[in-house]
Amino acid sequence: MLQIRNLTKIYDGGVKALDNVSFDVPDGQFLAVIGLSGSGKSTLLRCINRLIEPTDGQILWNGEDITKATPEEMRRIRRKIGMVFQHFNLVHRSKVITNVLAGRLGYTNPAWGLVNRFPKSDIEKAIKQLERVGIADKAQHRADELSGGQQQRVGIARALMQDPEMILADEPVASLDPVLAHSIMKHLEDINDSDGVTVLCSLHFLDLVHRYADRVVALNQGQLVFEGLPKEIDDKKFKDIYGRDAERVG
Amino acid sequence: MNNQKASPWKSIKLGLSVLFGLIVFAYGFQITKVNLEELRSETRQESLVRVTRALAKPDLFEYDQEEAVINQPFYTPCTANATTPSPDESGAYIVVTPACANPGETVTVEGFNFAPHSIGPVRFVPGSDPANIVTLGRENAETDGNGHFVLEMEIPDRPSDDVQYIRATIRTNVGSPHLTKTAYDTWEKIVETVFLALLATVFGTLFAVPLSFIAARNLMKPVRSPLTSLSFSLLGWPIGMAVGIFIVRLVSQFIAPFTSNLLVNILLVLVLPALLSVLIRWALPEEDTTIPTPGLRATRFIVLVIATLIGFVWMYQFSALLMNSGNLIAPKLGAFTFLGYFLVQIGDIFQVSIPVVGALAAGSVAGNFFGKLGQNISEKLNSGTVKIINIISSATAGATVFGLIGWLVEWLYQLGRPEYTQTGPIVTGALLGLLLAFTTKPKDTLPTGLVIYYITRTILNTLRSVEALVMAIVFVIAVGIGPFAGVMALGLHTIVSLAKLYSEQVESIQAGPLEAITATGANRLQTIIYAVVPQIVPPYISYTMYRWDINVRMSTIIGFVGGGGIGFLLQQNINLLNYRAASAQMIAIAVVVSLMDYISSVMREKVV
Repeated sequence: MLQIRNLTKIYDGGVKALDNVSFDVPDGQFLAVIGLSGSGKSTLLRCINRLIEPTDGQILWNGEDITKATPEEMRRIRRKIGMVFQHFNLVHRSKVITNVLAGRLGYTNPAWGLVNRFPKSDIEKAIKQLERVGIADKAQHRADELSGGQQQRVGIARALMQDPEMILADEPVASLDPVLAHSIMKHLEDINDSDGVTVLCSLHFLDLVHRYADRVVALNQGQLVFEGLPKEIDDKKFKDIYGRDAERVG
Repeated sequence: MNNQKASPWKSIKLGLSVLFGLIVFAYGFQITKVNLEELRSETRQESLVRVTRALAKPDLFEYDQEEAVINQPFYTPCTANATTPSPDESGAYIVVTPACANPGETVTVEGFNFAPHSIGPVRFVPGSDPANIVTLGRENAETDGNGHFVLEMEIPDRPSDDVQYIRATIRTNVGSPHLTKTAYDTWEKIVETVFLALLATVFGTLFAVPLSFIAARNLMKPVRSPLTSLSFSLLGWPIGMAVGIFIVRLVSQFIAPFTSNLLVNILLVLVLPALLSVLIRWALPEEDTTIPTPGLRATRFIVLVIATLIGFVWMYQFSALLMNSGNLIAPKLGAFTFLGYFLVQIGDIFQVSIPVVGALAAGSVAGNFFGKLGQNISEKLNSGTVKIINIISSATAGATVFGLIGWLVEWLYQLGRPEYTQTGPIVTGALLGLLLAFTTKPKDTLPTGLVIYYITRTILNTLRSVEALVMAIVFVIAVGIGPFAGVMALGLHTIVSLAKLYSEQVESIQAGPLEAITATGANRLQTIIYAVVPQIVPPYISYTMYRWDINVRMSTIIGFVGGGGIGFLLQQNINLLNYRAASAQMIAIAVVVSLMDYISSVMREKVV
């Protein structure tokens, strides 16, 4: 159970990215986070694993307050939270397999990183994850030799390496074409269904939300403006979320 | 697009700025004494032509020469018994007309049967000894295709009743051209130059890489720690370093009796790593899925300490092995003696650096350990207690740091006034520590990273502004004239300039991968290794190449101040006005620099 309590983030310039946001995410749920660009979706997701330090509020995960965690505790929390990014954020010059193995860094002893060494079991596991996302044959390629869709699969494989209990996906399909978008979303859905991993996924397209999400939270200028089932988003709610002049597409 | 109409005001502004530019330029002419009159002066042009011609004829190749020396008896002034035998016309001979002359008169000297197209001096030999090496005159003969020459020479004022001589020494090139001594010297020195640059670049790079990470703003900015942790860590470093040096000394004393035997060396160097690897593998498991108990942690720590001690023993044995084997094989290698010498020197460097490594290792371990302890204290205890601990530890840390700086100042300047170098700094440090502890909230974090960043940057910038040539002067004093001083100077300059260039590359990496790796739970070290390093490899390589290039060029002039390399020869030859030799050295520099450029561009293409 993830509980967000009065989460507020004010950036150095005084911009209020999150304004007193509270909601709960039960274990195993596929939660879509929607809203305009700049509404605070990315900030919300990054506050959960504290890539961004929240200004105020609490994030309780299985009863532990993430905002109060010490660096040592944070390492253990982060390794259970996989993250998938809009721009994939792979290390371009490293091999695909190294990128996937990087998902294991929260577990491995830092001293062995000096000699770039992973346990055998991890390497086998990495190959298995690559098989799962269907690109095991690319393991020895450099990450930047892959197409966008393939790179995002590597990103997912990296998140899976963490044995995650939760995955934060920050607009995972925003830079992919519709066909690839569905294939990536299906991977996330599969991870959610068969592994029981909680997924928090920010999305742009409502048809994807309807198709994949169990529940939706919507942000507008840092405030929570909607929380409910995807089918509850009618025209009025739509205008609340996206502004009065917005038109539905797709 | 800017579609504004031209306004008179704009034109005036433009005109004024052009005028201003011209004035600046005119002043520059005066300051730099631009003067073409000098260039037109005849003596200057003559010297210029001479030097240019000498430069155009680098002293690289020469022929073996055969000399034909003919001494023709000659009387001056003409006396009664002045009869000269007619020359032997079977070989080369010279005919002087008239056969005798008074001092100051001009005679015609004609040569026959010499080697064709050869040159050589024709001189008056005073005294009656035909082998006399003292000659007078400055005529030079040049034979035609038939080995014949004609020239006129003035008879010097050396009257004598005895026979004297006119000597023609005609020299012919024989065989094929071969390299001159200058060419060999140049080759020897240019090799020295290239290796000087290579060593300086390698040493420089080794130190610059770690430095570049702490001089990178984006990596250092997130590093924040509470005051407790900071001051504990500051206390831990010197204590750890002192302990480290002490331990290394103990180890070296303990191991000293066992270092002289080569067999013991080999045995220990081979066996200890196996033992070490077992210990380290146990103490540093590759993965910890569960949190280790405090007891296990303590045991692991003790095992690691033992492993470190064994590591030092191994290092001493290894350096002894290098030196012993080097000394053993050096005399037997003949032309490759330098390999043995290399082993001895590397072993020596290794041995000298062990205490440094020990001090740094122990210092960082203690610093880290104390820092963590401080971190835990500030997290677990309540604000009031933390505040009290902060006040004590921060004052102690301030006093320690300033005390150490004071000690350094005393060592450098030998002031001999404890109020400036002991009590003064210690009290100031303690007061500053107190001030810091009172002004910060007990659990607030301080931007430790940024402070380190600024200190590093300041040191780098200061050292970088000192030219390598100036550093070379210092090192020449420290380690004596020779290439080693050059290596040190260039190496130091390489460290500081590369660290700056590298760190700017670190600052410009993509933030995405960094974020992604951090999100997996990786700690700082892992983030750097897996997200930063792969991104900076290509620019690091190309900067290193570029630096090597610079170092080759720098090492050509570092010899001007006694830093070894080809610069020494070049300067010497320029000072001796030996421009043909200097030209050979300049050509060597040009060839090496352009070759370097070519090689580095090829390598860059391959790697990047």
